[in-house]
Amino acid sequence: MSDGIRKEPVPQESEAARAQQQEEDIRVREAIKTAELENVREHHRQAKAPLVRMVKRDDISRKKAVVIRLAAVVCALVTGGLLILALGHNPISVYAEMVVGSLGSTTVLQETIRNAIPLLITSMAVSLAFRMRFWNIGAEGQILAGAVAASYVALFLSESLGHVPSLLIMAVVAVVAGGLYGMIPAVFRAKWNTNETLFTLMLNYIALCFVKYLQNGPWRDPALNGFPKIAMFGSEARLPKLFGVNIGWIIALVLVVLVSIYLTRTKQGYEISVVGESSNTARYAGINVTKVMLRTMFISGALAGLVGFIQVSGADFTLSENTTGGVGFTAITVAWMSKLNPPVMLIVAFFIAMLTKGAGRIQTAFKIPASAANVLIGIILFFLLGCEFFINYKLVWRKKQTAGAPPKETAKEAVNNG
Amino acid sequence: MTENAIELVNITKTFGDVVANDCVNLTVKKGEILALLGENGSGKTTLVNMLSGIYFPDSGEIFVNGERAVIRSPIDAFSYGIGMVHQHLKLVDVFTAAENVVLGLKGGVCIDRKKLAVKIREIAEKYGFEIDPKKKIYDMAISEKQTVEIIKVLYRGANILILDEPTAVLTPQETEKFFDVLRKMKEDGKSIIIITHKLNEVLAISDRVAILRKGRSVGVVETRTATAQSLTEAMVGRSVSLSIERPEVPLTGDRLTVQELNCVDHEGVRVLKDVSFVLHGGEILGVAGVAGSGQRELCEALSGLQPIKSGHIYHNDGDFSEDIVGKSPFDIARMGIRSAFVPEDRLGMGLVAGMSMVDNMMLKNYHESKGLFVDRKKPRMVADELIKRLGIVTPNASTPVRRLSGGNVQKVLLGREINSNPSVLIAAYPVRGLDINSSYMIYDLLNEQKKKGVAVLYVGEDLDVLMQLCDRIIVMCGGAITGVVDPRAVTKEKIGELMMRHENDRSEEVAG
Repeated sequence: MSDGIRKEPVPQESEAARAQQQEEDIRVREAIKTAELENVREHHRQAKAPLVRMVKRDDISRKKAVVIRLAAVVCALVTGGLLILALGHNPISVYAEMVVGSLGSTTVLQETIRNAIPLLITSMAVSLAFRMRFWNIGAEGQILAGAVAASYVALFLSESLGHVPSLLIMAVVAVVAGGLYGMIPAVFRAKWNTNETLFTLMLNYIALCFVKYLQNGPWRDPALNGFPKIAMFGSEARLPKLFGVNIGWIIALVLVVLVSIYLTRTKQGYEISVVGESSNTARYAGINVTKVMLRTMFISGALAGLVGFIQVSGADFTLSENTTGGVGFTAITVAWMSKLNPPVMLIVAFFIAMLTKGAGRIQTAFKIPASAANVLIGIILFFLLGCEFFINYKLVWRKKQTAGAPPKETAKEAVNNG
Repeated sequence: MTENAIELVNITKTFGDVVANDCVNLTVKKGEILALLGENGSGKTTLVNMLSGIYFPDSGEIFVNGERAVIRSPIDAFSYGIGMVHQHLKLVDVFTAAENVVLGLKGGVCIDRKKLAVKIREIAEKYGFEIDPKKKIYDMAISEKQTVEIIKVLYRGANILILDEPTAVLTPQETEKFFDVLRKMKEDGKSIIIITHKLNEVLAISDRVAILRKGRSVGVVETRTATAQSLTEAMVGRSVSLSIERPEVPLTGDRLTVQELNCVDHEGVRVLKDVSFVLHGGEILGVAGVAGSGQRELCEALSGLQPIKSGHIYHNDGDFSEDIVGKSPFDIARMGIRSAFVPEDRLGMGLVAGMSMVDNMMLKNYHESKGLFVDRKKPRMVADELIKRLGIVTPNASTPVRRLSGGNVQKVLLGREINSNPSVLIAAYPVRGLDINSSYMIYDLLNEQKKKGVAVLYVGEDLDVLMQLCDRIIVMCGGAITGVVDPRAVTKEKIGELMMRHENDRSEEVAG
């Protein structure tokens, strides 16, 4: 028999069941219509529905996302303001000083830009690896590797090479050194499946200690009477300036364009995305995962190495254990805040450089201790990163009981209220 | 009132814009087995997840034993006597059965293993389970693991059991045994909600069937009055033909010759044992077996994804004959072998979940374009064509495939593979999780390929489908082929026996 489903089964033998079924249906329907359900709801609310629930958002409108981010900025400023109040200062004047101190004059603006350059390039370096889900937190080490290589040329060869050739050679050796240093963890991961997070982190310390060794030993400047410092570079090994800032900013802008194109338009960029999404899919597609991993880590390390070159030749004019200034780690924040998207990194890197510069300024202007200024930066970043949660999820609160008014609880409403 | 173990009144649950359950009403009586039937995406799992405390309804009421219940977490659910056995078993591999049973329960610092074992044996005897409390989970067959899950729930005093597709991992014989256990539980007054896709099982075990369609309940029927046909119609919402076509097509020669294939996994366990068979053009060769019998390894070995220890795989195409053992998928493609593979893990292997249809279309041939850059023009054309030809429902070709429904994901994957004009098509569980309409569309597409003379290897789990669709069936067990049968002349029981043969042999060896 191909007769369709009936709500009430007909055959005689199930007479009792049928009666029961009907009775039940009627009762349920009644319950829905009548006040009984209102009582049910009342009780339900009073009882113990969870106070708040997390619900994943399917998709969020651009406008809403912007509103959430703005709200996060406001929350950050308010919370930071409380901290400033607690320190005994006027929040508004402190914030104003931060802006003036980082953007207010040509000199400070140039300095802010100079700080943004290494941050921007390093963010792109790590995001290449991150797109492949290769957690390269070793940019610090890769920067130093590049810096050491460039410094060797600057200290021992540049005088005989002349300005442009020596800068070009410095750039090339820095890129190669950073790239090779970045490839080491990839080789180990490919061969023995080592954990790249730990591996890259440890390589940072090796590079740092090597720089300290150079500083205290073979490369120590004899002119400084035993003071452990490496000599300042000669003028042949210094990056020229344009508009008052070393030309690293041009390199950075060009790289933003190149890296964007590399990631979205080239075959290699496509391979990185596939490997990052699933190495199984990559294998299925005939992609040589090891090759992609080695190549991408070389490029990632090479960009970091380039940062090393720009830092020693454009900002510090020497090599020291402070060459990186923690850029390798801050860049991770920048990369994630920008969703691994190079043009966005341009903005975020500048913003962070501005915060850092401004925080330095308020230390001198208001005698706010350095640690408190860093806490302030931390608070602002916390809110900006934390608001991502509200972009991905919404909170649904327990309905408030409104006396007398019958609650009209529909799914749509519950969604909208969240 | 109290004869109902569970009552759901007007349950609604939405995820974003998707309404998973829309004012669903459902009652489960004490001591009955209720089958919950519906296509994928009809909201069955969402509904039971609200009973087991994983989701919380947006609106609606739940009554347990006539009393209003608010279930906020799995612990709440247990306190109401509701226990759920999930489709994907959740056990700790390195623990014993007994340890898994008490895992997460409050109690003293030490576990009184003797007492525990006694209690577990008691439960097992009462309902007719077979279990060794001291056996480690990793030593267990999948049916034993499932037994542990059920005992875990019973040990916690559940009176209402929710079973999400419990028979998917069982052979026909094991299913029979399992149903006996369920009947004993029912006699004991327990209520059982069972989710399954297999209509014959619904008819065999349940007292009543509740049917969901697109998140709404469309009716409850007494199983006695239902037929497979009537249930399907209620589920789909219109009349459908349940028979699968098996066109007679002349064979076009050997396309794939597998000889004495052996593979070991990374722990050195043999996953394929002396597998030999021939796949002809113009036939659909079925592969039957309990999940994990070497089907995945076989498919991957044929595609160059599984390291091979010994043996040969010859791809033949006219005069062309090449052994692909030791070659990577890239090498195989470069040799000019037109082999298509629809893997079991569609979004984790066959497609890139976060990428658009366009980017997925070029997954296997992006490297063929010249120069440094990818060419997205051709894949965009292919994507648009597939959307039209296969009726893929997607906002546009740039939407990430992750956002598509299961049926549409499979159409994208199978569509791409067919579009590569293959001579061999390997499809692993191509209709798993698909609704009836999509499933039949997939069968039609496979038959179309067969008519074109393509050699099709179809790995399936539903024996009824395998027996209707395939021209021959090879049965696998423990990595070995235990039989090649003609589906027109074989019984399901015979296939079931072959699916178990190897294990029996081994236990005899051990005994002897």
